[in-house]
Amino acid sequence: MSEARKTGDRVLPRQQSNWDARAAANFICGGAGGGLLLATALASVHGEDLRPLVVVALALVGAGLLAVWFEIGRPWRALNVYLNAATSWMSREAMIAPFLFASGAAAVLFNWPLASWIAGLLGLLYLYCQARMLHANKGIPAWRHASCVGMMVATGVVEGAGLLCAGALYWPGLVAFGVLLAVLLAVRLLAWRKYLASLRSAGVPVGTSKALNALDVRFVWLGHAAPAVLGVVASLGGLPLLAVLAGVLAAATGAWFKYTLVCRAAFTQGFALPQTPSRGGNNAGPGVQPGWNRIQPE
Amino acid sequence: MSKRYAMVIDLRRCVGCQTCTAACKSANATPPGVQWRRVLDIESGKFPDVSRTFLPVACMHCANPPCMHVCPTTATKQREDGLVTIDYDICIGCSNCIMACPYDARSIEHDPRYAYGEPMKSEIARFDPERLSVATKCTFCKERIDLAAVTGQTPGLDPDVTPACVNSCISGAMHFGDVNDPDSNISMLLAETRHFRMHEELGTDPSVYYIWDGAKA
Repeated sequence: MSEARKTGDRVLPRQQSNWDARAAANFICGGAGGGLLLATALASVHGEDLRPLVVVALALVGAGLLAVWFEIGRPWRALNVYLNAATSWMSREAMIAPFLFASGAAAVLFNWPLASWIAGLLGLLYLYCQARMLHANKGIPAWRHASCVGMMVATGVVEGAGLLCAGALYWPGLVAFGVLLAVLLAVRLLAWRKYLASLRSAGVPVGTSKALNALDVRFVWLGHAAPAVLGVVASLGGLPLLAVLAGVLAAATGAWFKYTLVCRAAFTQGFALPQTPSRGGNNAGPGVQPGWNRIQPE
Repeated sequence: MSKRYAMVIDLRRCVGCQTCTAACKSANATPPGVQWRRVLDIESGKFPDVSRTFLPVACMHCANPPCMHVCPTTATKQREDGLVTIDYDICIGCSNCIMACPYDARSIEHDPRYAYGEPMKSEIARFDPERLSVATKCTFCKERIDLAAVTGQTPGLDPDVTPACVNSCISGAMHFGDVNDPDSNISMLLAETRHFRMHEELGTDPSVYYIWDGAKA
């Protein structure tokens, strides 16, 4: 039997194709925007007027929602998304969005510190909803592990801190947050290792393990080690350009991870037989699960 | 106890003829490339000790359906008799249910598709624009099930109120009925055979049972 026929039959796990780069953009921009709202609220105690960063954060969240609006099949029914807050994390994400925009807008227009804090907390909540949205999808083994939630939240928070550090280009005082970025990167690295370990122990489709293996080494060095060192050096030496570089690296690699998770590592469950049936004169045989393995480090 | 309609498929009998696939397409007028029901062909073992298993799959009408939980619009619902349905008028085509389904049972078509490019008369007659850009899947032929309430017939026993795939099965591998009724055809069949349900470990409580052997000796 040809490989093409097997793929057509969908016995094997296959890369999902219903959520493409537009859906990934919602997780990338929405997560980074939510993280940046939180980071900006935290950094506001520093005394700088960071309202332009709040505008950037809201624009990111808006861009993500716009991207996903272009993806859904019936965009003019989009308001139906609010109908199932009881169980759907997509509904919950959508319900938080208007409050997030309202509080962010209040923070920008009226310079209210409380509004900035509310927007920051809603940004974190928005991020959490996105993480749980992935986790609820039982059909995608790479997403359904509990450790995926931690990884998504950690990535969004790091992206926010990274974009905050990138703001050192205009607010040199933000270089001090290079140390915070390094700490958050350490947390994301732990979350990444935990995520991979949980996939290894449970097993994943072959395609998922290939996609994540291809990401692993570069993600660790470019996405964690390099920006962490740059962030600390920038903080200690008061070097804004290094802080910007650290922030951009941290945020860009976060986006890279999310794109990989949504568009490359998201293989379906496929099918399995706990037992092969007894047929004719043959007895029942052992089970099979085509297209699955455990992640082997390269 | 309310009814819970379920399907029992005897893997020892299925010959992979795809008649159920064709019957489903005929009954539900699904476009090319969309198969609410299909029969998978799984090879296992190593030469010379190899075997093929034919595995009919479709929506499992789970008692704990992840597609329903993630649906942001309540378009996906669960009826009292266990059938999981989609309201095409509410669905926004976000595909979240497709990601949530571990059985690859759902699909979305954004454009009309016809077998030979240009639509045939029969395709025009049966084309349903409501199905474009929304999630679709096997319904267990719910119109037939609903007919049973009117006629008093029994799904799984009377062909008029039994899913088309079950009616079409040439080898008697597919059975349908009320699994909550201990005297139903499928309850008795399950009682005397060994069976599994697909991906039970995921906690979906599917309503399709696969028989793999007779009763323990």
